[in-house]
Amino acid sequence: MITFQLINMKKELNDNWDYSSSLEAINHIQLKKKYTLFIDGKWIAPSKNTYFKTINPANEETLAEIASASKEDVDLAVKAARKAYTNVWSKMPASERAKYIYRIARLMQERAREFAVIESLESGKTIRESRDVDIPLACNHFFYYAGWADKLDYAFPNRKIESLGVAGQIIPWNFPLLMAAWKIAPALAAGNTVVLKPAETTSLTALKLAEIIEESGLPPGVVNIVTGFGETGAAIVNHPDINKIAFTGSTAVGKIIQKALVGTSKKVTLELGGKSANIIFEDAPIDQAVEGIVNGIFFNQGHVCCAGSRLYVQEGIAEKVIKKLKQRMESLYVGDPLDKNTDIGAINSKEQLQTIEKYLKIGMDEGAEMYQPKCAIPKKGFYCAPTLFLNVAQSSIIAQEEIFGPVLTIQTFRTVDEVIQKANNSPFGLAAGVWTDKGSRIFNLTSKLRAGVIWANCYNKFDPTSPFGGYKESGFGREGGLHGLSAYLKLS
Amino acid sequence: MSRIEVLKTYKIFIGGQFPRTESGRYYTPLDSNGKALANICLSSRKDVRNAVVAARKAFGPWSERSAFNRGQILYRIAEMLEGRQAQFVDELMRQGSSKVAATNEVNLSIDRIVYYAGWCDKYNQVVSSVNPVSSSHFNFSSLEPMGVVGVVAEQSTSLIGLVSHILPAICGGNSTVVLASEKLPLCAVTFSEVIHSSDVPAGVINILTGSPEEMAATLASHMDVNALITSNLESQLSNKLSLLSVDNLKRKFDYEVNWVEKDKQALHYISDLQEIKTTWHPIENVGGASSSY
Repeated sequence: MITFQLINMKKELNDNWDYSSSLEAINHIQLKKKYTLFIDGKWIAPSKNTYFKTINPANEETLAEIASASKEDVDLAVKAARKAYTNVWSKMPASERAKYIYRIARLMQERAREFAVIESLESGKTIRESRDVDIPLACNHFFYYAGWADKLDYAFPNRKIESLGVAGQIIPWNFPLLMAAWKIAPALAAGNTVVLKPAETTSLTALKLAEIIEESGLPPGVVNIVTGFGETGAAIVNHPDINKIAFTGSTAVGKIIQKALVGTSKKVTLELGGKSANIIFEDAPIDQAVEGIVNGIFFNQGHVCCAGSRLYVQEGIAEKVIKKLKQRMESLYVGDPLDKNTDIGAINSKEQLQTIEKYLKIGMDEGAEMYQPKCAIPKKGFYCAPTLFLNVAQSSIIAQEEIFGPVLTIQTFRTVDEVIQKANNSPFGLAAGVWTDKGSRIFNLTSKLRAGVIWANCYNKFDPTSPFGGYKESGFGREGGLHGLSAYLKLS
Repeated sequence: MSRIEVLKTYKIFIGGQFPRTESGRYYTPLDSNGKALANICLSSRKDVRNAVVAARKAFGPWSERSAFNRGQILYRIAEMLEGRQAQFVDELMRQGSSKVAATNEVNLSIDRIVYYAGWCDKYNQVVSSVNPVSSSHFNFSSLEPMGVVGVVAEQSTSLIGLVSHILPAICGGNSTVVLASEKLPLCAVTFSEVIHSSDVPAGVINILTGSPEEMAATLASHMDVNALITSNLESQLSNKLSLLSVDNLKRKFDYEVNWVEKDKQALHYISDLQEIKTTWHPIENVGGASSSY
């Protein structure tokens, strides 16, 4: 409510009224100019001595130089991981393993502020998000899985459990540290060792995590961080001495990986794209739902695999919802991710901005009606105004393909049956939102929507105890919770 | 004069009906003495696609049946099979089994069906979870069937492999398209008749005879099939099917299991073919009343 009062005040004062900037300090962070590879507990220069620059997408300034790992470097990392697995990690009592993971969680908590700033600097996400969502969740993930290490026998009744060996993990740029935590924490708890590759545009927090891992005294080689581009990832996927591949990223790359793994004994889990439906019924609490729509699609600039990018509004309230949504969008601040007033930060890379702009053009060419609020956008850096498309058909490309940006399509529906069919009419099946006052309707929808996560009267909620992952072409396997353990265990 | 025996026409099973293959083709598998067993339908890729349509149609209503009801229907399959025990033993013997082995295989099949019938309303209790999230939400994860499951039935058995594949799939609310053993097809057709008389809704189980080599690729590449299971398949064909399965990210399971062993039945054959769904629901959090007293 307060927000709405402020919006009205802002309007009355004819836009002369604005927030003062509230910038998060960056003088407390420690960044090196150049980062090498973290292999076998040591910082090692890449064999080909090649580095690439990582930039701040909010102003395009260079933050640091990052090592590009070659096939040979990956091999070195896998050897270190294998050695650590065979000699140390697989022999260690599970309760001792747990204590190392707890230690990592605690060290992360202690340095949370620094991590939040670095995460925002490199990924473009707002400081409010990295401070309140990404970093705490990442810490909590380690804390949660630490405790599983010596309780695995309880997780899968009547089955024999064994660790897999060396896990190769490839993560995306949208939640850099959180994805590293989602991958590393359960792998270690289950008794595996790890070779992890962060995305090339967001390596820094993974490398800072390597510093923490070093500080924690975790035996050398249990976690190895190799930075680089697609070729580095391919070297991990194709390495013969890796037992498990975990990948989070696009559906297209996920399919390439799965094809590459055919005929090998590597276990695989894929967490891929989505085009999730957010469904608003006439009896929904509308102001709350509007906040939910905004959070569903504009959270993290829409760089969210489970973003609520297809909005379905029941006909009777469509006009009202769209009006309120537009009004709410007028109050969104697009700008410096380090400003605590900012709602929508920078798009992670120039390439991604171009992809989003390509889809905006497709949307207009398809005849949809585009709406963007009149918000100020910084001249430097990569930014995209929050965008709505009205008059969208179920068959529109913008309603079918994952855009991975702050772009929402809106369609209407009349009946429950109609919206279930429309929502399920997608090759993806990652998540869905349902807004209604009626509990029985929620559970009707939650059982009929073919998606892995259903948010009732909320959206984009995450928790270490809560399994996350998709149906259909959104991938397979779950991350988080008890069910997330099975990705890293051999069950027989 | 001795009575002339009425021979059975072996047909395929799609959408609860017994058509011949649309292709009009047949093949003649031989018994151990080199004598023709019967003229068997050499089903086509079109038959596979028709069966997938039937299975997709059946999936929604079947998965929405109550778990208890599914359990009763599965148990009914066991009842019907028990009554036809002699027929299956006879068919297995015609296909080369000894009397003891045939009897054991049929009895084990019946017992395995009863085993999975009992799981219908229990597996979700064992594998689901309520997740203690930090925010004010009720959060739970439970299992849901994957959808249409393609089955390349085990080729070296006629009945037990088939049963071991189909039962865990339908126990969990999936519908199935099954390619029967090419060389030992008799029990697959007769099992279809058992299913037909067991209250299993039309389309939940579809069984085709013919060459898996020819049909399996269609099943693996079909965009409306959600999962594919095979067992003891030679690796070249298995890899080919794995590659084809990637296009819609089919979940693929290759079991290396001797299904004739008694203990080759378990919860995970059901849960392999299930997705995990997590639901978040807010919990009102107002006022100062607490649950302590």
